[in-house]
Parts: sequence; C-alpha cells; structure tokens
Amino acid sequence: MTIKLMQGNEAIGMGAIAAGCRFYAGYPITPSTEVAEILSRELPKLGGKFIQMEDEIASMAAIIGARVGGLKSMTATSGPGFSLMQENLGYAAMAEIPCVIVNVQRLGPSTGQPTAASQGDVMQARWGTHGDHPMIALTPVTVRQSFDLTVKAFNLSEKFRTPVILLTDEIIGHMREPVKLPAFETIHPYEQVVADTPESYKAFRNEPGDVPPMAPFGRGYRYHITGLFHDEVGFPTQRLDEIDPWLERVNHKFDRHLDEIIMVESDFQEGAKTAIVTYGATARSARHALKIARQRGLKVSMLTLLTIWPFPETQVESLGDQVDRIIVPEMNLGQLALEVERMVGRRKVKRVNRANGEMVTPQMILDAIEG
Amino acid sequence: MTAKTDTDRTEIRLAGEGGQGMILAGIVLAEAAAIYDNKNAVQTQSYGPEARGGASKAEVIIANGEIDHPEVIAADVLIALSQEACDKYAANVKPDGLLIVDEDQVERLPNRPVIRVPVSKLALDTTGKAITANTVALGVLVGLTGIVSRQAIEKAIMARAPKGTEEMNRKALEAGFTAIERLAH
Repeated sequence: MTIKLMQGNEAIGMGAIAAGCRFYAGYPITPSTEVAEILSRELPKLGGKFIQMEDEIASMAAIIGARVGGLKSMTATSGPGFSLMQENLGYAAMAEIPCVIVNVQRLGPSTGQPTAASQGDVMQARWGTHGDHPMIALTPVTVRQSFDLTVKAFNLSEKFRTPVILLTDEIIGHMREPVKLPAFETIHPYEQVVADTPESYKAFRNEPGDVPPMAPFGRGYRYHITGLFHDEVGFPTQRLDEIDPWLERVNHKFDRHLDEIIMVESDFQEGAKTAIVTYGATARSARHALKIARQRGLKVSMLTLLTIWPFPETQVESLGDQVDRIIVPEMNLGQLALEVERMVGRRKVKRVNRANGEMVTPQMILDAIEG
Repeated sequence: MTAKTDTDRTEIRLAGEGGQGMILAGIVLAEAAAIYDNKNAVQTQSYGPEARGGASKAEVIIANGEIDHPEVIAADVLIALSQEACDKYAANVKPDGLLIVDEDQVERLPNRPVIRVPVSKLALDTTGKAITANTVALGVLVGLTGIVSRQAIEKAIMARAPKGTEEMNRKALEAGFTAIERLAH
C-alpha cells in the first residue's frame, strides 16, 4: 500500500478488516464515529454486516450474538456509550465470547465534552463491569499502532476467548499522520480450531490454563450460553465444585501467556534515576519532554505501555528497582498511577495530571523531570 | 518510536470559524508535506460540537524526522480568519513567528507584527465563492513560508478537490500566491 495521511480511527477500521472482522454494530458517538463510518462503507463490500443499533447496550449485545453465530465482531464508542456497554461486557467475559470494543476516550464524566481528549476510562476499562473477570486493554500511541493493535486485539480475543478493549483517545483517534499499512495478505488472523466432535465438545471445559475453543452455533455443536455461573456445557449451576474451577480457569487464563499479551516499549538510559511510565497520546508529550531533558544532559528512562490491562507488573516493578522516581503523566486525575504505585510504592511516584480535555504538555512533564 | 531529534519541527495553526474549512486546509497542508514533499507531518484539530460557527482550528506539525508531540507548543505560523481566532491564538505565536490575518475579518490586532491579507475578499473576487477562502489561505501560507513547495500544495489540493471544482481551486490558490507577491513589493 502507498503512504496515506490517515486518522487513528480510520486505521482502527482498516485493522478490523485486516483481522477478519465481518460484523460491526454500534451507535455513533464523537470522537469514535469515523470507525463506524469506514466500516459501514467497507464491510458490505466484503460480505460483512454493519448495523446501526438503537443504542450502545444493544450494540454490545449484537456483537456478542454475531460472534456466537461465527463472525468476528467489533463495536466502537466513547465514554457515555462505554458506560452503557458495561453490563454486556461482563456477559462477554462470563460467557467467554471473543469481541473487540473500541473506546475512543473523551472528557467525562457523563456527556462531558464530546470533542475533548481524556484518559479517564482507564479504571473503567478494567473494573467497569461488576464482579471479578479478566480483561485486556491495549493503548496505541501512533496511527500505525492503532492498526496493529486492532489486529492484535482481535487475535488475543480469539485466542483467549475474551472481550478485548482497544482503549484509545480523542488525540490518537482524530490525529492524522502518514502511514503505510501492511498488505492485508501478510496479516494472519488467529482462527480458533475446534478439534472435538459435537458429541465430545464442551464449550466451557475447566482444565486449568486451558481456553476451550468456541464452536459457532448452528453447526451441530450444542451448548448453552448464560450470564449465570455455569457448568462445562453452559447450564446454570450453584455447585461450588463447578464454580471454583471456573473461577480458577477464567481469572487465570492469561497467566501463562503474559509475554504474548503485554507489550511495552522501553527506552532506558544507563544510570538514569528518573523514569517516565506512559501510555496513549500522553506518551507523545512524554517523548518530547524526554528528548529535551536528554539534550539538557539529564538522564531519563521511559517505559511506554501498549498494554495497560493486564497491568505490566513485572516490567514496572523492575523499572522501580532501577530508578528513584517514576513520573506518570495522564489525561486524568491519576488512574494508572495507582497501579504504578502498587508496584513501586507511593513515595517513588510523581503524578502529572491534566483532566480538562487538553493534552498534558511536554513542559508539564519536563517540570516534573527537573523538579 | 525511535529517539531522533525533531528540533526541525515547524508548527502551524490554521484557525477560524467552524465551516470555513480550516480543518480541511490543515489536512491538505499535511498531505502536501507528507505525500508530495517527502516530509513528515502530523495534523490535529479542535472544534466545538457545532457543524458551523464556533471556533475551529487545525494544527499541522511539519518536520524532516520523527514527530512526537502532535500539537502546537508555540506556533511558527498562525493564520487567523476570524477575530475570535486571532484573539485566542495570537499570544501563542513565537516572537519571530508569522501572524497572518484576514484583514476584513480581524479588526483588533495584537501589538506585534501582523501580515494582513484580504483572504475572504480575494476568494469572493476570484471565484465568486466564499468557501474557497481556505484555499486562498493555503496559497498565502505557502507563498509566505515555503514550508511546502508550491507544486506539492497544488497537487494536494487537486487530489482533494471535488470533480468540477479543480479550476476554481487552482485560481483560489493562485490568488493566495499573488497576494503575497503584492505584499513583497
């Protein structure tokens, strides 16, 4: 493909197509609408389906249903819509239905400011739906990463049979930069393989660390889907000897695969006693601050998180062992900083926050580095 | 992202009222740089929820190397097509930067050197259509700064111009170039 000036949101749409997404249901909301626009245009050409639903509750329900029916599916939204999706997001986690939810974060709470940027949904992405559940959230920094991480989101959701959130923001979603996308033939979408016969198949087989593949409905495989705790074929259960293995398997399904799920970019400087831990659009401000600081002879390391959930515990903890303080800039009042503090202790963490819809400036981060 | 210096970055802000096409002008400028001039460019925008009216701005960062922070820190160039845009952003132009205003739209000027060009009047006189003001503005901007080549901006405009409006846009761009040559004399 040739070089094109492309928005992050467009790249997400293209990434979905490259990853094999053939069903989109959503309700338009700024600043995510371009994702729906591009897929409404492109999906029908590929025999896929685009449905504008009556709201975000229905959108989330529709993508779950579509995936059960055999199509890889996605929705895109922003704060208010993401709040409405929480109930069914929990359903997808409980019933282990792969799907991708794009949240282009805007300033909240509530209607907030539709065209203003934010990273205010970090904790909501992890804990917005009730009950203990596993969650993956990916945070792109560039337009190209918006494409790559969308593909990755689909592949992880299929491999681990779990909803995956692409947690981007208004800056990266609306920003245009030149990109050259890879040829789609070079992308290998993850496809689940059902080895069992319909007779031996158990949709929720509880073998520790095992992710049982999901057989699409209507092809001879019989199982039940419910938001209630269920046995290995999906029927509701209150038996502890069925609930406990489920809890063990589902809440630890990522444990042996963290290397594959957790993506970080390290730019460490020998002897640095200050580090920045950053993600999303703010990583671009941090990169600018880092360059200026180094030009001034300061030693600073930087860890950019492309996966924020599951939290990169090992990476942040080991960074904490090397430095005296960690600066965590965010377009919120301090959310991912809580996780960094959990790993390295509160005293080592310096928060830099801005939650009024504007980017954290490089100067704000530079002040923290020099302060 | 690799750590390459981007001290060569040029920061441009195009601001006006919603509906004047300043965001599209920003996109076209970024395309001229990134697609036709082999440079790097990043474009961002901010606007209110309205489709028309309200303040609207596009920002374009142009550099030879990597561009990290995508927004204007201190503008090298501001082109303001409305009083509100000038009031809001003039203070953020570098002391040695360029402030360009539409002289018919912006009456109150800041206490600093200002380049006054009748952008919207030129658009009306040249093409009979006020909506070509953004193309005239690009001619003025590129004519004054040379931040992208004239060929690049023309190619970028032609690639975006709806069928049948190519000639009108070419004339509007030319009017912007010519206005600058007149300023120089």
